[in-house]
Amino acid sequence: MANLFASAGSASSVSGPPSGGDYAADSIFRGLAWLSAFLIIALTGYILWEILREAFPAMQAYGLGFITGTTWNVNTGQFGVLPEIWGTLYSSLLALFLGGIFGIAIAIFLTQDFLDHRVATVFRTIIEMLAAIPSVVFGLWGIFVLIPLLKPGAEWLHSQFGWFPLFSTDLAGPGMAPAALVLAIMILPTVAAISVDAFRRIPYKVKEAAYGMGTTRWEAILKVMLPTASSGLLAALVLGFGRALGETMALAMLIGNANQISLSLFSPANTLASLLASTFPEAGQLEVQALMYAALVLLVITFIVNVLGLAVQQYTIRKFEGKK
Amino acid sequence: MKASRRFAGAVLAVLAAVVIPVWAETPAAPPTAQTPGLKLTGAGATFPAPLYQRWILDYREVRPDLTFTYDAKGSGEGVKRFLAGTVDFGASDAALSDAELKQVDPQRGAVMIPMTAGMVVLAYNIPGVAEGLVLSREVYADIFAGRIRQWNDPRISAANPGLTLPAKPIVPVVRRDSSGTTFAMTNHLARVDPDWAQQGPGVGKLVDWPGAAMTASGNAGVAQRVKITDGSIGYMEYEFAERLGLPIAILHNKAGQPIIPSPAAGQAALASVTAIPADLRVFVADPDGPDAYPIVSYTWLLLNARYADPAKAAALKDALAWGLDQGQLVAKEMGYVPLPAAMIVKAAEVLARVE
Repeated sequence: MANLFASAGSASSVSGPPSGGDYAADSIFRGLAWLSAFLIIALTGYILWEILREAFPAMQAYGLGFITGTTWNVNTGQFGVLPEIWGTLYSSLLALFLGGIFGIAIAIFLTQDFLDHRVATVFRTIIEMLAAIPSVVFGLWGIFVLIPLLKPGAEWLHSQFGWFPLFSTDLAGPGMAPAALVLAIMILPTVAAISVDAFRRIPYKVKEAAYGMGTTRWEAILKVMLPTASSGLLAALVLGFGRALGETMALAMLIGNANQISLSLFSPANTLASLLASTFPEAGQLEVQALMYAALVLLVITFIVNVLGLAVQQYTIRKFEGKK
Repeated sequence: MKASRRFAGAVLAVLAAVVIPVWAETPAAPPTAQTPGLKLTGAGATFPAPLYQRWILDYREVRPDLTFTYDAKGSGEGVKRFLAGTVDFGASDAALSDAELKQVDPQRGAVMIPMTAGMVVLAYNIPGVAEGLVLSREVYADIFAGRIRQWNDPRISAANPGLTLPAKPIVPVVRRDSSGTTFAMTNHLARVDPDWAQQGPGVGKLVDWPGAAMTASGNAGVAQRVKITDGSIGYMEYEFAERLGLPIAILHNKAGQPIIPSPAAGQAALASVTAIPADLRVFVADPDGPDAYPIVSYTWLLLNARYADPAKAAALKDALAWGLDQGQLVAKEMGYVPLPAAMIVKAAEVLARVE
């Protein structure tokens, strides 16, 4: 290759063959890129291996009973994380439901010519600034603003519809509802930003074609734009869900840390991440192993969610985007 | 050009005149008679933490050359760090158990000095009840065992004819971390309720509370949680409830008298145990006497019997002697229970033997 260019190039021409330095820079960059890619995989593997190693004694001792058990008692050495698994999934699903609806709605609002382009950019920046708020601030906001705000409504729902499982208890203070709401706000920027990109990636001619067929704006959005963007929207939801599963500080402050399983939106619960955060600093050796096992459970849940998300995404790409 | 150079010269001269003498003087500063800047670190119970922080501030005026730091992490953590030797002193509301004493490095040894005592109070947040809730012994045991679940339970109403209690669920707030306050509380409840130790949550620094209980870390965490949670009741050291302005339940003592927590009631409780063993381990699980507040606990500082650094040993001995003497006035002022005179004498004897 180099020889080919060498004959064509001369000192006077603008274009010239790549110099030795260019080749060196290229191979160094290539090497660095490979190294970085490998390091990411190696780091993930190392973390997984380390957790597995630490959790192994607990896995042998408690087996699957750890996942179905409901008590966490250091004195008797009984460890079970079913209430935490339940709390993690329940709070994350609620947050995904709320954050997903609002996030995608915001993305539609910002990209489908509802707003002037410049105003939309300002809007988007403001929503992304939500992501920069530390989660402890969200926690404090939840305690001092959101909980007092929710209390009267929760009380009314409980007194009128107490027979309905979702409202079967009263909101005493910290509980599932404030935690899930704050979680929804925390995943909103993630969901909204990626959804906006998903809509932006659709070539403008698609929308023009839809209008050309005589659709109204809402028909174009619901029947053309949404399905076309669906794989990107799903990626947004999966990422948002992943963030919700792992969120720690705000939940530790808001969810009430009670070791129970309840369908009620207003009863206190606990999550795996907040169990880890709150118990680790003082855990003895036996408990550390159990906590490592709990961390592994959280990792497995996240992994399953990602794989499922990927599978659904592939399915929608086949179905709506006409690729193989 | 010339002028500016002259100006620069003048600046240099002034700088030289000011800086050089100072710089030359520094090494000649008068040597302090005391050990300069000795640092002593401790960690443990949150129960006496406000008092210890105040003592550290006050003692800085007595001995400005010493720097004490205290990390309020809970009694369990205090014992753990003390046994590991990562702190100069530990602090715990549950004195070291025999098993824990066996883990002490025999080179260093361990002594326990009670520094103050406190009342574990039940603070509550019931909408519509500003103060005056009275709880009898079986009732508060059953609340924390999860057997009484509603505030308008007839057994609570019976003791509180003047109050209108709402039909709201009771949310017990308990400690999530390993805590000496939990030990004092459960140790007392086991005396009240014969089933507590075996069928109930048990006795210890960390026990298995019923599922509906909210957990929080540290005395301050429990107080904060009670403050923001309707229908909650939590146990904590008196000072923490007082600081957040939480109403405190009036408890029936062993003699069946309703007692409002006060330094006098706390002292009456401590006075009910007169025999003080040589290792100063006294648990006042369920004090006798008509005026005694039912749930009290001593809180101990854990020291090594022998320190490698004699300066550290001397500094700690001085500081603790001050705490046992002057410090007791501060303790009383802050709502802690001052140590009985007999205990102070014994504690000073043990302290004097630290090397």
